[in-house]
Amino acid sequence: MLRTRIIPVLLLRNESLVKTVRFGKFTYVGDPCNTLRIFNELEVDELLFLDITATRERRGPNLKVLADIANECFMPLGYGGGVRTLDQAKSIFDIGFEKIAVNTYAVEHPEFMTELAKYYGNQAVIASIDIKKGFLGKNLVQTYSGRHRTILDPVAWAKELESRGAGEILLTAIDREGTWSGFDLELVNSVADAVSIPVIAHGGAGTLAHIGEVVRQAGASAVALGSMVVFQKKGMGILVNFPEKNQLELALE
Amino acid sequence: MITIVDYGMGNLGSILNMFKRIGVKACVKNDLESIQSADKILLPGVGAFDAAMARIAVSGLRDILDYKALVERVPVLGICLGMQLLTRGSEEGALPGLGWINADTRRFPAQSGLKVPHMGWNIALPTNPSPLTINLGEEPRFYFVHSYFVTVDDPADSIMHTTHGVTFDSAVQKGNIFGAQFHPEKSHRFGMQLLKNFAEL
Repeated sequence: MLRTRIIPVLLLRNESLVKTVRFGKFTYVGDPCNTLRIFNELEVDELLFLDITATRERRGPNLKVLADIANECFMPLGYGGGVRTLDQAKSIFDIGFEKIAVNTYAVEHPEFMTELAKYYGNQAVIASIDIKKGFLGKNLVQTYSGRHRTILDPVAWAKELESRGAGEILLTAIDREGTWSGFDLELVNSVADAVSIPVIAHGGAGTLAHIGEVVRQAGASAVALGSMVVFQKKGMGILVNFPEKNQLELALE
Repeated sequence: MITIVDYGMGNLGSILNMFKRIGVKACVKNDLESIQSADKILLPGVGAFDAAMARIAVSGLRDILDYKALVERVPVLGICLGMQLLTRGSEEGALPGLGWINADTRRFPAQSGLKVPHMGWNIALPTNPSPLTINLGEEPRFYFVHSYFVTVDDPADSIMHTTHGVTFDSAVQKGNIFGAQFHPEKSHRFGMQLLKNFAEL
């Protein structure tokens, strides 16, 4: 049996790790290498690093930081943020990452997803989708770290990305991100039902019960954790941690 | 010194990183002389079967690889697609494999609820004892990413198996030739131990 993957998502801003609430309100978490050494010790399933300012600053990935990360990590690694060319992708794979997440650039140039999948295989391509409720309560895809609204519907967009070769979907609910209030089960369910590739639910995890319900009820294949793995508790100090294996198993039963 | 064969398919950075961490000397090479003098060979691989076999053919390394594996009999470890290349061939492609192990590579059957690729952490349990799998501890788990799997003809050539819809050979050994379907370089202490075992052969 495959274990459900529980994936810490770590946000890079400049050369530091931060944690956000609804994509704003940055809290400094620490140095990337110190933090991931702890995750290494905790033997987490997989890590995903997102450079949250690269696209907005119109720059590419910070390869030096990524190389430092890969040198320390002996688990599957994903990266997202500012990737716009196959050359950049090649540098990231050569460093030792095996997945690349693309968000804004996929909206602007969907053909890039097809190319990336053709060269590196579907398993290496994560389509990242950020979603926010619009004025009428309709879910809409956002780009540029939540700064730009598009008219794309999440379900239709997820299907398009699947057909373009994405191997999995990182589905982030901006309204829940950093809030500890639970996943948007309806949103996750609508996308997981529409595609056959794995959906990684992101945004809102606060308890083990949240993790359990998004997998069992909403059909998420994997779960991304942010605040839960870098803070002691909601509103409390930094503590890099990861749920115990047997507790997770109980929650996922 | 372990020579990692760079024929243009695979994530070599992380394999080198892990060897560095466990204090094993390894190098990445693609020239005839280096492969000729290798005392252990690691065959990595990510991507499509035919593309990999075609690149090996174009690289001009096929003869020396056959010689090292079959005549000189140095330890060889194929990882992921590199393990599938050791077989006679794959349902993924039309080109014959290296054929160093009597085995075939097949696609996971279409079954409801069974996700393909088989991607994530799964348990690999030892079948026959092998120096490659010593000291792995209880319930060793490894990171897998693959859509095709290997089945050996002779059960004696299987050293680990894993279940994902079907039970397949997740690690194999025939004499000096070893294969691992998972990615040891991405599998924490389990992978470190396995690569250490290979280094100490």
